[in-house]
Amino acid sequence: MSEFIQALHDPGIPFLRYALLAGLLASVSFGVVGTYVVTRKISYIAGAISHCMLGGIGAALYAQTVVGWTWCTPMLGAVGSALVAAVVIGLVSLRGQQREDTVIGALWATGMAIGLLFLAKTPGYFDPMSVLFGNILLISKHDLWLVSALDILVAGLALLFHNKLLGICFDEEFTELRGVNAGGYYLLLICLTALTVALLVRVVGIVLVIALLTLPAAVAGYFARRIRQMMVLSIVFCMLFTVTGLAYSYVFNLPSGPSIIMFAGGAYLVVTIVSRFVKWFAHD
Amino acid sequence: MTAPEPAVWLRNVSFSYNRVPVLEEVNIDIPPNEFCSIVGPNGGGKTTLLKIILGAVQPDTGEVRVLGESPIRARRWIGYMPQYTRYDPHFPVTVLDVVLMGRLGADGVNGFFGWYGREDREEARAALREVEMADNWNRPFSVLSGGQRQRVLIARALCCRPRLLLLDEPTSNVDALAEEKLLSILQQLQSRMTILMVSHDLGFVSTVVRSVICVNRRVLVHPTSELTGETIREIYGGDFRMIRHDHRCSEQGHIRV
Repeated sequence: MSEFIQALHDPGIPFLRYALLAGLLASVSFGVVGTYVVTRKISYIAGAISHCMLGGIGAALYAQTVVGWTWCTPMLGAVGSALVAAVVIGLVSLRGQQREDTVIGALWATGMAIGLLFLAKTPGYFDPMSVLFGNILLISKHDLWLVSALDILVAGLALLFHNKLLGICFDEEFTELRGVNAGGYYLLLICLTALTVALLVRVVGIVLVIALLTLPAAVAGYFARRIRQMMVLSIVFCMLFTVTGLAYSYVFNLPSGPSIIMFAGGAYLVVTIVSRFVKWFAHD
Repeated sequence: MTAPEPAVWLRNVSFSYNRVPVLEEVNIDIPPNEFCSIVGPNGGGKTTLLKIILGAVQPDTGEVRVLGESPIRARRWIGYMPQYTRYDPHFPVTVLDVVLMGRLGADGVNGFFGWYGREDREEARAALREVEMADNWNRPFSVLSGGQRQRVLIARALCCRPRLLLLDEPTSNVDALAEEKLLSILQQLQSRMTILMVSHDLGFVSTVVRSVICVNRRVLVHPTSELTGETIREIYGGDFRMIRHDHRCSEQGHIRV
């Protein structure tokens, strides 16, 4: 651990500081939005959105290197494609005409296919693994600013409309009957989910980011009586998993994304087993 | 003397789902402060009727007036209580959180953001007192029994300041004692509002309810005073044709005197 703290002060490796800061900042959005996602049971939608980001990242890299749009960073591509995917899935699920799961599956795979095709046509070697599973070497100071701005936007909106979002998570039909535009808030929730998964795509990657959204909230769910408690606990757990994961990955020279997710998954497993035992003994 | 405006008024309402008729030529008049039950076999159209009154489903033909307005506009005066079994049993909310949701959709800045004020909280606690759940306000919704959850959901509906209370099978999945409790609560509310509930339990119905709407594609309204034990058993068995022949129903059904 001391090794990790020393490294954080090392001016030669700024990306470690950036990754840690991004992780701590983004944990706020992950905790808040993750709680909604878990209680509303839409983690599969979050999964489709995050995988679609490969399309946006690939297109952005292509635009940067081939077309010459230097402003079009992969982070921007990720955010854009995540929002597009969110709106498409949201509208499909609200209309209820098409089969929602089919559309989700189609977007999931097509988004990834588009991304890989763009990467194939982008000159220079770019390892898709770093997009899929995260690579903190890619995080820049510019990304950090974007993460901070989006984080404030997401957490702010989610907390401002907390009661209405809680309403559509608990009982969408009743909320609609109260004159609240339930469909609109559902779309807002999915868009917030999209922005959230885009926040840490650099650190944990598009495949693993979904676990960081749901696992802290799932662990928090075992302890929380109210949704606000669940959010606060999720934020704390998310920060804890990110910091320990990053430290572990640095000390043992391992990829950051899998290290973080391993801690999150491990904690979820332990808490689930312990709570089973507690219930079991309580019944005796 | 003009008759008071009916709480629920349907004229020639028909609805079909994928070309299969669910409701045909439905005519209903429910006067204000009536305690009315909707009965009928599963798949007979009870839920559809409820959704038409709530404005969640548009009928193919016919006219619907709720409290003198279109269903969508009347929504703000409707307190709706769905079945508690619909809810995620692990959802992290307290009793007060649930009841406060009845205050969503208010006007003004607070209403836009959905923030609750002191008045909303007081109203929620008053509603909890009314269903005798005031001591449980801070307990998790998930630890309550079925009957207690139903009462919390009634309190949430009361928080909407309803003139019409719609209950979807309030007595299903609760034990006899809880059912009795619900019954006495509803009896107390009856003087203040029109109560309309979907029920499959006619034993419960006959003692408090003043009229029964029988739904099986077509709809007939009976005052409970005309229901004998035998007819109740017949309805329970789903034999609606028998009743239709026995009672010569007018277009408006039986009007309670």
